Amino acid sequence: MFDAAGIAIVLAAILVLYRAIVGPTIYDRILAANVIGTKTVVLLALIGFMYARPHFLDIALVYALINFIAALAFLKYVEAGRLDL
Amino acid sequence: MSFLLTAIVMFSFWILLSGHFDPLLITLGIISSLLVAHWSHDLFLNEKEIGPGFRKAVRCIKYLPWLVWQITLANLHLIYLTLHPKMPIEPRVIRFTTELKTGFGIVALANSITLTPGTVTIKGSREEFIVHAITQAAARSLLSGEMQGRVKEVEGRDV
Amino acid sequence: MDIRTVVTAILLAVGCFLMVVACIGMVRFPDFYARCHPSGKGDTLGQMLVLVGLIIYEGFSLVSVKLLIIIAFIWIANPTATHWVMKAAYTAGLKPWQKSQSS
Repeated sequence: MFDAAGIAIVLAAILVLYRAIVGPTIYDRILAANVIGTKTVVLLALIGFMYARPHFLDIALVYALINFIAALAFLKYVEAGRLDL
Repeated sequence: MSFLLTAIVMFSFWILLSGHFDPLLITLGIISSLLVAHWSHDLFLNEKEIGPGFRKAVRCIKYLPWLVWQITLANLHLIYLTLHPKMPIEPRVIRFTTELKTGFGIVALANSITLTPGTVTIKGSREEFIVHAITQAAARSLLSGEMQGRVKEVEGRDV
Repeated sequence: MDIRTVVTAILLAVGCFLMVVACIGMVRFPDFYARCHPSGKGDTLGQMLVLVGLIIYEGFSLVSVKLLIIIAFIWIANPTATHWVMKAAYTAGLKPWQKSQSS
């Protein structure tokens, strides 16, 4: 059951990867990266259940936080051209 | 008050993430949450906002079922649009002004617009909301102002 | 098979379906602003359904509270991130696609 859900999520992530590669604008790519990141969070939780290792949930939690910050940092870089403002 | 609340929240988060209950780790957790609370309680909670904030949270919980229902509708709508062979979309950008005053109300309205059928907030501020609507019907239902009334109820008057 | 597993399987199936549909939408829709709709809505609910399914499978424990925190965070963060990207694109002057231009 968890395997099937994981495979479906990976397929969805591959679909979005097409959007991240093709673009056409930089914003499409940031959005696609963000979506792939949030899918990774769910995938990590599923992996934790698949192998009965609840510690993967901690990684998922931290990854959710990092993913959000990363999207905002990318946007800031695109908007301002630098990060140290 | 805010110091104590921050310490309690930090410590429950510590327990949640660690899941161990031996005395050494509990003591370390208490010490570190007290330290964090000492340095940053004024960032985490504003002393004056605790009472109204609590009442606001209660009103938020009343608002949630409607929002969940709207999200379900939004996703059905989205499935229809995506899987329809001709993709019947007519995107347009609409602008409107809002009567909401507080930052909390603006954020709640913006997130609610994003999560309800066919509309996504582009820009929201006290002066003007810019919203991208994917069909004409979605734009019309947003401009009818039902959601603003509901968010206004959540925002309340005690601000 | 007990009822809990069945409910979990249904929630996982619906959630995965929503996520795949959202991704198809992100590939199919004609412009950036339209692509934000599936990413902001479909993804948020899809993830929530999958994680709620896991919570029901797990029952009440420390793990399910962690999953609840992940859900709450994603509910706040995902629409906010979508909104930020849109705002940045709008500020940079990206024009929305109109139906009249293509037909």
